[in-house]
Amino acid sequence: MNLAAATNENLAHTSNVLIYSSMAVYTLAFFAHIAEWVFGSRSKVGRTAAALTGDGAAASSAKIRVQVAQKGGATAVLDRPKIITRSAAGSRDVPDGPGAAGGTFKGDLYGRIAVSMTVVAFLVQASGVIARAMSVQRAPWGNMYEFSITFSTVAVAAYLILMALKKNVRWMGLLLVTTVLLDLGIATTVLYTSSDQLVPALHSYWLWIHVSTAIICGAVFYIGAVATLLYLFRDSYESKLANGTEPGSFAQSVLSRLPAAATLDKFSYRINAAVFPLWTFTIIAGAIWAGDAWGRYWGWDPKEVWSFITWVAYACYLHARATAGWKGRKAAYLALIAFGCWLFNYYGVNIFVTGKHSYAGV
Amino acid sequence: MSNTKTNAAEERANEREREGRQERENAAELGAAGSQLSTAPREEALATLPAMGVIGWVRWFWRQLTSMRVALILLFLLSLGAIPGSLIPQNSVDELKVQTFKEAHTTVTPIYEKLQFFDVYSSVWFSAIYILLFISLIGCIVPRTGQFVGQLRSRPPGAPKRLTRLPAYTTWRTDAEPEQVREVALAMMRKRRFRAHVDGDAVAAEKGYLREAGNLVFHIALIVMLVAFATGQLFKSEGGKLIVQGDGFSNTLTQYDDFKSGSLYDTDSLAPFSFTLDKFVGTYERKGPQIGTPRKYEAHITYSEGAYGKPKKAVIKVNEPLVVDGSKVYLIGHGYAPVVSVKDGRGKEVYKAAVPLLPIDSNVTSTGAIKVMDGYKDGTGKRDQLGFQAFFVPTFAGNGKGTMFSQFPAADFPVLALNGYHGSLGVDSGLPQNVYQLNTSKMEAFKDSKGDKLKQRLLPGETMKLPDGAGSITFEGIEQWASFQISQQPASGWALTGAIGAIAGLAGSLFIQRRRVWVRAVRGADGVTVVEMAGLGRSESAKLPEELADLAVTLHDMAPTAPDDASAEALSEEPAEGAEK
Ligand code: HEM
Repeated sequence: MNLAAATNENLAHTSNVLIYSSMAVYTLAFFAHIAEWVFGSRSKVGRTAAALTGDGAAASSAKIRVQVAQKGGATAVLDRPKIITRSAAGSRDVPDGPGAAGGTFKGDLYGRIAVSMTVVAFLVQASGVIARAMSVQRAPWGNMYEFSITFSTVAVAAYLILMALKKNVRWMGLLLVTTVLLDLGIATTVLYTSSDQLVPALHSYWLWIHVSTAIICGAVFYIGAVATLLYLFRDSYESKLANGTEPGSFAQSVLSRLPAAATLDKFSYRINAAVFPLWTFTIIAGAIWAGDAWGRYWGWDPKEVWSFITWVAYACYLHARATAGWKGRKAAYLALIAFGCWLFNYYGVNIFVTGKHSYAGV
Repeated sequence: MSNTKTNAAEERANEREREGRQERENAAELGAAGSQLSTAPREEALATLPAMGVIGWVRWFWRQLTSMRVALILLFLLSLGAIPGSLIPQNSVDELKVQTFKEAHTTVTPIYEKLQFFDVYSSVWFSAIYILLFISLIGCIVPRTGQFVGQLRSRPPGAPKRLTRLPAYTTWRTDAEPEQVREVALAMMRKRRFRAHVDGDAVAAEKGYLREAGNLVFHIALIVMLVAFATGQLFKSEGGKLIVQGDGFSNTLTQYDDFKSGSLYDTDSLAPFSFTLDKFVGTYERKGPQIGTPRKYEAHITYSEGAYGKPKKAVIKVNEPLVVDGSKVYLIGHGYAPVVSVKDGRGKEVYKAAVPLLPIDSNVTSTGAIKVMDGYKDGTGKRDQLGFQAFFVPTFAGNGKGTMFSQFPAADFPVLALNGYHGSLGVDSGLPQNVYQLNTSKMEAFKDSKGDKLKQRLLPGETMKLPDGAGSITFEGIEQWASFQISQQPASGWALTGAIGAIAGLAGSLFIQRRRVWVRAVRGADGVTVVEMAGLGRSESAKLPEELADLAVTLHDMAPTAPDDASAEALSEEPAEGAEK
């Protein structure tokens, strides 16, 4: 018994070391990303790309673009039909920016280093989470510290998976790594709780189901929120270009390298829409658990209320996308409000409001 | 500065108008082909005021209520309206907290009471929001279902005149005959589970109807969930009962310590069952920073169903209620019940009971009252009543440690501190009395030899003597108690069904794309067949060009590009001449 306890102490210690190490590697990734953006801003390509986008917006009458043939066979490509796509009516026909590296070789090199560092840091962090789980011999999300370290691990995992699927997401690398560092910083200093077992109320397999999906939803909603926020910046940059107003130098340098507003908008919609059913499931799983633990499946406990508010806010966003006059920026504001509700549900409710969900030493 | 701002605003307005015009032009161009990819209601400007007359107004109001815009506003209000209930204590959650809040905030309390902020989720205004939302929802679902059924009955609309105008388009020239191409295309589309038919010179195909079906299922499931929840609230019952080890309970109204029920609840529907608490087991963390945190709570019981059921054993844990005949028995709390006996002035034992005390902190420091009502006679043989204020700690800090609070929740070093009173307990006054509190207004405290209030700490087995031969009280031992909540909430099965339906419908609605594909094959001016393919989806669908390419490649294998011609020309801005009839 004592021996097992000692092993657990060791594992908990190992977990802490791993989490700190991952922070060190994330810091390296952070600097590599900074280098990527800096080298990218010096590039000629970056500047000309900005000019090009301006042209594209002005010449929006030429709506037809030729795309590369999708399934080009080995035989002469001309033998295959090509698909012509036409952007939806009313959207600007602006191409995506060149990315943080701005097409420079050096910038791209640092970008690749940053991504590799992120992969390494992710592996270290994930091992830290697993070590923590082994030390407490249960799911590693019994308190806010554990919740936080798992949360950022999953956010990075989602980002890396999108990248592995060849989705265009490298532009969010810097922002993501920065917030992961912030999250881990808060977790290790403010929220740290030494490893221990759970109070009886948390002894349930619903803990695995309900909390793990909650973490996944939060992490993916976060990625959606980053894209939405950048969409708002990029959109005002594009409308300035379209109006012939000179954007600020920050916009010229940074925003010009982001994907087009339409791309960001679609990306954030897909992300949010894809997790919304999972979020619905999370709330329902929580209700089933509450039915077993507290004798009612829904009792307007603060945590339940804020999960509900978050859910309704995302439903609002999805409705706004389908309602004329609410597409675009207004819908984006709703998406940000909805993510704000999620954040408040996590930090605000745990810290400022007492309810049935407050156990586990914050 | 302000000038540029107005300019920008104007520019934006212009842009919006351009967009609107473009959308309308587009819709006009696509005609029937572009319509009905969703059954979402068309937006009408709020400004269109109705013609005079009551019916006109009612119709106008109904149309507004069931519009997407108003649904959006109501949804937003619903989330906004839920906020105060999470920040202000609620009667439905914790009445005691509400009371404390009211005493501490005397200025805002009247305002909050007017606004029903202590009962947000049953308030008039919150109910109004969700009832309006659900009327809007029903008003939305019914016509949409009708429209959808209509779409399922009819065939996909024929190809628009100019396929080049569609979001994804491709064309090539082939030696195959037009009829042959259409035939092959039709077979291909059907094989890929499109609904397809030949309409004039083109094949029209559509797929992804499940999106709409899923969306309707989702919205209907929301209604099912709401109705189930409301039914549950109206017909529910919920009662609490504290049981000392060895005691029993049978499920009738009189046995409950407290009982709440929905407004349509009928007490005859209490399920007939009974149970006995055999043993309560609680274990706690013994080391580390979370010392004292509970690790295991288990109530071992014997229960029997119906009036004469066979006794069965069961264990109730925090997350594992006992389900009997539609009722659920939850373990919600536990504490200690010191066993005390009282001898009167004649030396006769007049009282012996396990007295449940209420915990006041997480280490189960507990307080309560011991009331000896009948049969007691004091030292002079006069009838009297006794009352003791009891203060119990399961783990005492030790003499001289300065604190009388418990150090640990398990009964490691139990100490019972008592002080005694005699006189009238006031139980006959007709007013309801709290069993855990002593009303000493008509009682007199026992005094020790120095004239101070009589107070003593007792270990198990020890006795406190009352002055003037008034008898004694003995701390015999300790029992544990557990408190249970017994609840019945009908329609929770329906709520679960609705929830599952909602998730399934939502997945269909968000993951399935509804799209149309047309394949036109006509003989060009030079006698060579021109094939045109085009696809239309919702603006979010990224897969459409890929799918069209896929289809085109398959069709192209069966109707390859005519050898001679420069097929690149076909990709120029205007489609091949022959395509236009
Ligand atoms: C009770 C509150 C409601 C909730 C939580 C809710 C939620 C949702 C969700 C999550 C979607 C999926 C969005 C998508 O497909 O992109 C949706 C779609 C839709 N909702 Fe609701 N809804 C509610 C009430 C209503 C009402 C009252 C109406 C009618 C006025 C309505 C009409 C629609 C329509 C037409 C769509 C499909 C939009 C499309 O085709 O893209 N909903 N709703």
